[in-house]
Amino acid sequence: MADPGLDEVLARVHRDEWARVVATVARRFGDLDVAEDATAEAFATAVERWRADGPPPNPGAWLTTTAGNKALDRVRRESRRDAKQRQAHMLSEQIAGPPEPTGPVEDERLRLLFTCAHPALAMEARIALTLRMVGGLTVAEIAHAFLVQETTMAQRITRAKAKIKAARVPWRVPDAADLPARIDGVLTVLYLVFNEGYLASGGDTDPVRADLTGEAIRLVRLVRELLPDDGEVVGLLALMVLTEARRTARVSATGELVTLNRQDRGAWDRDLVAEGHALVRERLATGRPPGRYQLLAAINAVHTDAADARDTDWSQVVALYDQLARLDPSPVVALNRAIAVAELDGPHVGLAQVEALAAPLAGYHAFHATRADLLRRLGRSAEARAAYDRAIDLSGNTAEMAYLTRRRDELPAAGGR
Amino acid sequence: MHYLFTVIGDTDNPADDSAPGAIDAFNDRLKSEGRWVFGGGLTSPDHATVTDSRGDQPVFSDGPFVESKEYLAGFWVVEADDLDVALALSADASRACHRKIEVRPFDGIA
Repeated sequence: MADPGLDEVLARVHRDEWARVVATVARRFGDLDVAEDATAEAFATAVERWRADGPPPNPGAWLTTTAGNKALDRVRRESRRDAKQRQAHMLSEQIAGPPEPTGPVEDERLRLLFTCAHPALAMEARIALTLRMVGGLTVAEIAHAFLVQETTMAQRITRAKAKIKAARVPWRVPDAADLPARIDGVLTVLYLVFNEGYLASGGDTDPVRADLTGEAIRLVRLVRELLPDDGEVVGLLALMVLTEARRTARVSATGELVTLNRQDRGAWDRDLVAEGHALVRERLATGRPPGRYQLLAAINAVHTDAADARDTDWSQVVALYDQLARLDPSPVVALNRAIAVAELDGPHVGLAQVEALAAPLAGYHAFHATRADLLRRLGRSAEARAAYDRAIDLSGNTAEMAYLTRRRDELPAAGGR
Repeated sequence: MHYLFTVIGDTDNPADDSAPGAIDAFNDRLKSEGRWVFGGGLTSPDHATVTDSRGDQPVFSDGPFVESKEYLAGFWVVEADDLDVALALSADASRACHRKIEVRPFDGIA
């Protein structure tokens, strides 16, 4: 009979210990594939054994030992079968090899994270590998999250593991000189996971995938625990929690996107807002120049600080976007700045800045949605209608399409103003 | 561990754009750091001959084995402890020869 207490323990231990067990076994055996399988087997054994005997006093240690034994069994089995190659490569070089020079922090999970997010892997492989090895999601769960066949996702992960092994992607925290760029690579992976959850693509998926946003936040919390002094890690966590705080207010009961200015601010998650604001203040207090994620978090802090959308300090938002544009002079940043300018200086000023971005952003749904909204506010209905049409075509998110469609259909009929 | 650095040439721009002496300086560095195995630049793919001895008699034919916009312009074989070391070297190699570089591990070396 299912014991709800035990299920809870198993879920918690899976959440807390999966990455550590994979990382420890991978370190010991120098092989991610072996580590992944052994860890999965150890958790499967735990389900049976703990149900019969109750959980051990130290579940993490029990799982690490069990996974280590499973891995050793497999290596022995394979080395008997393929003695020469296996033993030469794995046992002598990896287990008994000289100690790797270690980076600033010594946690196996951090090495695992840097290996999974290695720049030599394709971005989609980095995302899949990070969710599998660090997040402990099953291949089926990751496949579902990214709307691909399970076999496709399994191949993607297998190929990535094979490349890590064959090309010898090192198992270590990067040198201090390479660390900022490599941390940025890890954060990019986690931000993409979050964004896929926050603005899910695909016509028949939920518009917001709380499983993905929640997992991304959990993994950024882990990165923060491992690299507590990195400002961008704190910035990304703040950005994610301030965004997540608005999740339930962002989609209406009828499945339509609710824009920031119309959201029920009472429905925001107060604890997450408070946490995000505290994180932003923590970074401000350091007096160090903020990076991209810290600036995005600060912008979100300004928005979530206003009790009513009309109280938003738009000049502060524009000033933060100015700072961001200096770090990241991309047209998407310029578009978001123009939206804030429209609130501060009026829609005609904002529209002029938006129009200047037409060439680089022609295929970007948010460009057309922004343009449509500004044209609507200026009473230029025919142009607004065409822009809404284009935005609807380009949007892959069901809630956003519903919102844009309603907005388009509410425009005065052709000929009217 | 040995890695092959393939120097990727581009038929749209076959000229050698490398700064004078840059490749020699990179080679000297590989040698002094004990990473040099072998390397060199190749003449144009127009000068290639393909040999096929899979049948009874060897057949020789003119031209590169594959027609494409990109071609093998040269290569290095380097000794590196792991991919991060190899990638750092390849970044300098690409700068030295002013071309793209493909990095691939050897599956063994004679």
